[in-house]
Amino acid sequence: MLALYLRDIRLGLRAGGGAVTGVLFFLALVAVIPFGVGPDLNLLARIGPAILWIGALFSSLLGLDRLFQGDRDDGSLDLIVMADERRMLALSILVKCLAHWTTTALPLIVATPLLGLMMNMDATAVGVTTLTLLVGTPAIAFVGATGAAVAVALPRGGVLVSILVLPLVIPVLIFGVSAVDGAIGDPQPFMPPFLILIALTLFFAVLGPVAAAAALRSGTD
Amino acid sequence: MRLIAENLAGERGGEPVFSGISFSLEETGALVVIGENGAGKSTLLRIVAGLLHPASGAVRLEGGGETWPDVAAASHYLGHENAMKPALTVGENLGYWRDFLGEQHLTVDEALDEVGLAGIGHLPFGYLSTGQRRRGAIARMLVSYRPLWLLDEPTSGLDARSARMFSALVNAHLGDGGIVVAATHVDLGLREAAQLELGPVPSPHGAG
Repeated sequence: MLALYLRDIRLGLRAGGGAVTGVLFFLALVAVIPFGVGPDLNLLARIGPAILWIGALFSSLLGLDRLFQGDRDDGSLDLIVMADERRMLALSILVKCLAHWTTTALPLIVATPLLGLMMNMDATAVGVTTLTLLVGTPAIAFVGATGAAVAVALPRGGVLVSILVLPLVIPVLIFGVSAVDGAIGDPQPFMPPFLILIALTLFFAVLGPVAAAAALRSGTD
Repeated sequence: MRLIAENLAGERGGEPVFSGISFSLEETGALVVIGENGAGKSTLLRIVAGLLHPASGAVRLEGGGETWPDVAAASHYLGHENAMKPALTVGENLGYWRDFLGEQHLTVDEALDEVGLAGIGHLPFGYLSTGQRRRGAIARMLVSYRPLWLLDEPTSGLDARSARMFSALVNAHLGDGGIVVAATHVDLGLREAAQLELGPVPSPHGAG
């Protein structure tokens, strides 16, 4: 399984991997917001966490369709499905999701503090936003695996994957942003939404790969 | 170990392509599936590999024990695609499959030597020619052991010398007690291979 993880990391980083695309999209999206909203620093600071979360969400969705597409195109997916007995398919998918997250979402999280400064967020807000992204973005990859597995047989599945996955990741967005709000504004608590965010990630870590495995098994043609 | 297919029927896009296919292969047994384009050779192999569901009938493996519980677990599948990543080197590709598939057999260097690719393990797979890529994919079947080889047009893109090299590898595998099911248009040079001809119209044929 480590071999699969390392291979996918290498593929993500080498020529044509999705890692750079996602980060550039994230940077572009968040960098444009202050120009559109105007120089109201208080307003930027207030909407900053939400903008960062939405940016990270869409950047993560951007590369999801490639999660299985490459393996399907070159026949590797057949062998991964056939190895089910020795390497449980759901576990292989979990490992692929983790590798995908490492190459696409982790760079976004590293870029978040920098972009937080552009949104005039204070140190606490930046720190908490980064933390919630770190905890919440894996859930997007796990849910996305299901969408990617369903759409893998379609030639232009990218948009379909995003549309399938988006409703399922809305709770992640809601609890991610409300945890940040809780940490900045006193009246709301921080821990409950943060714990729910962790719960969502853990829940999808189990459900996503199992559902994706079922979709891949029935979808091979 | 016995590979048994009973009364298999396959469809493609809802259209039946063959039906009533039955065969049984013992250790050292080989089955060559021939037929025109579109006769369903690839479909049959994918059904045997467990990648497609048969419209009716079943494929099973007897006597595999705990190591080889079902056909998919006991099989190497060499399909139309080589299942290698162009961005990784040949060595990295084979090393990955060796770890992932388990039941490690030859080392990467030995396997490359066997298929005549010695000394190019450091090149990205994408730089190789069509025939070299195919040989790379054949090397994949050597780094990890599987008793059952499912070969779909295994020699496509290979020159005459490489095709002979491949025949020797398959015959050696059969000699070690392996089982081979191959779909092909050309003579693979297998000794004592049963033939199964898939007709253009769904008509029952049997072999073995």
